[in-house]
Amino acid sequence: MLRKLFIFLLPTLVCSALLAEAVYQEPEDFLSETFAGKVPEPAVIWLSGERKAVTKQLLGHRYPSLRVRYWRDQQRSAWILEEIGKDLPITIGLVVNDGLLEQIKVLVFRESRGWEIRHSFFTDQFKGAQLDQSNGLDRDIDGISGATLSVRAMKKMATLALFLDAELRKEDVAPTP
Amino acid sequence: MKFSTYTKYTLIAALLAGPSFATAAEMPSPEEMWEIIQQQQREIEALKRGQQDNAEKVEAAAELAEESQKGAVGAASWAENTQLGGYGELHYNNLDSKDEIDFARFVLFFGHQFTDRLRFWSEVELEHAVSGDGEEGEVELEQAYVEYDITANHHAKAGLFLLPVGILNETHEPPTFYGVERNPIETNIIPTTWWVGGAALNGEVAAGWSYDVGIHEGMKTSADSRYAVRSGRQKTSKADANDLAGTARIKWTGMAGVELAASVQYQSDMTQGNDPDAGHAWLFETHADIQRGPFGFRALYARWDLDGDGPESLGADEQVGFYIEPSFKITPKWGVFARYNQWDNQAGDSDSDTEKKQVNAGVNFWPHPDVVLKADVQQQDNEGDSKNDNGWNLGVGYQF
Repeated sequence: MLRKLFIFLLPTLVCSALLAEAVYQEPEDFLSETFAGKVPEPAVIWLSGERKAVTKQLLGHRYPSLRVRYWRDQQRSAWILEEIGKDLPITIGLVVNDGLLEQIKVLVFRESRGWEIRHSFFTDQFKGAQLDQSNGLDRDIDGISGATLSVRAMKKMATLALFLDAELRKEDVAPTP
Repeated sequence: MKFSTYTKYTLIAALLAGPSFATAAEMPSPEEMWEIIQQQQREIEALKRGQQDNAEKVEAAAELAEESQKGAVGAASWAENTQLGGYGELHYNNLDSKDEIDFARFVLFFGHQFTDRLRFWSEVELEHAVSGDGEEGEVELEQAYVEYDITANHHAKAGLFLLPVGILNETHEPPTFYGVERNPIETNIIPTTWWVGGAALNGEVAAGWSYDVGIHEGMKTSADSRYAVRSGRQKTSKADANDLAGTARIKWTGMAGVELAASVQYQSDMTQGNDPDAGHAWLFETHADIQRGPFGFRALYARWDLDGDGPESLGADEQVGFYIEPSFKITPKWGVFARYNQWDNQAGDSDSDTEKKQVNAGVNFWPHPDVVLKADVQQQDNEGDSKNDNGWNLGVGYQF
């Protein structure tokens, strides 16, 4: 009886003994790292009109916000986006440089499965990705067994960041020669 | 007509001077100009304040709308932190053994996040559409556990959970696998869906390397069922806890699209002490699950070793099976597969003809990533008295 009680309680005892943050990188640190300590002032892009429709098409659902915050310096833009994998939102940091995905990083992962998506062997597949003609990624991304929905969330966020960056660049005024 | 020189000069002077005289007459004085400028400045300031007010109102309205959209306004906090999901599948089997249509599984998931690190997860399943006395179906609780994040990479759970064995046992939503029916190895050797009551730890020890380890209820087989493992699941329903079991898995997912894993399980007594001729048992399982570009490949091997004279006398002391399943995605929406399955729940008796072989081939069509239509054919080549069960199957499945 005591033996059984002990083995059932063992995980609880281990839980109590260990404590740590479930955050891989704070969003502020991601931005600071991205812009070498000189983080530009944040701005927002509104998801309205055609942009709203395209966003819904990319995600398969409405984005849970009316606007998206971004940080931009010259042709580089940084985005902190959230998308639910299976049950809970995954916080993802993305950097787009002149229309190409420079970096994608899992900042906070709240699901109990699928954490492999944060590793470089997976995220490296996205480097240099851009939008194709149909607003999809220009390449195939190999998934992770048992993490299908987390992988899908990452692909959606990569596509959304590239699309929104393209929208920003559309609004840029060409310099006068 | 001629004009005198005097007349010309007079006309030119009048034309040039006329407007100047008029402008000078209408121009405000410096004092008036100063008043106008001040008035305009006040209007600019008022407009700026109005613009700022409008911006603040838009910001406030947007925040309110976003909060409302997220359910933070007017919704109970438990609803905000509760998740709902599910899956289901309808099968049509045209086989030698049956010609039937069956809503095989209707499943709902409920989850609740108590804190960032403490959550509840559950899965309730209705099998075969109707349950009750004399009906074919069952209502089953297949998951209900509380999980706690010890660290970012290590988690503990207690309750009723799925065992980390095989490919399908933990991930069996219809859009995630080929074939209408689950493969026979992960039905007869690994008794998917296989849930237990107990406690477990899981986590990641290095990039791509993860582990699971747990203590839980054991099997309760009997000689009447020839010690078949599928009949031994206690389903955490007043389960006999005289003799517990332990399961461990190590998994490598260090390359995108590749999973390699091995599980081992120890059962301290396969009959919970009810059969003096039976005793402990070991399960060993290993598999590969690969999806690289359009190419897919699954392979799994599982083997039970049961101690005791009882299982040995029936050849059930060794129960073993494997399958290999290559697949190819023609487009993101269309995929084809073939699978070779071989299994034997009485492999310990080399003289008996109890081995079964089955080949499946078919197609999956995903009109949406979470919805699938399936078709496959199956051909068996069974030894001994087992009749071959050949034919074809159709299915539709979904997850959300």
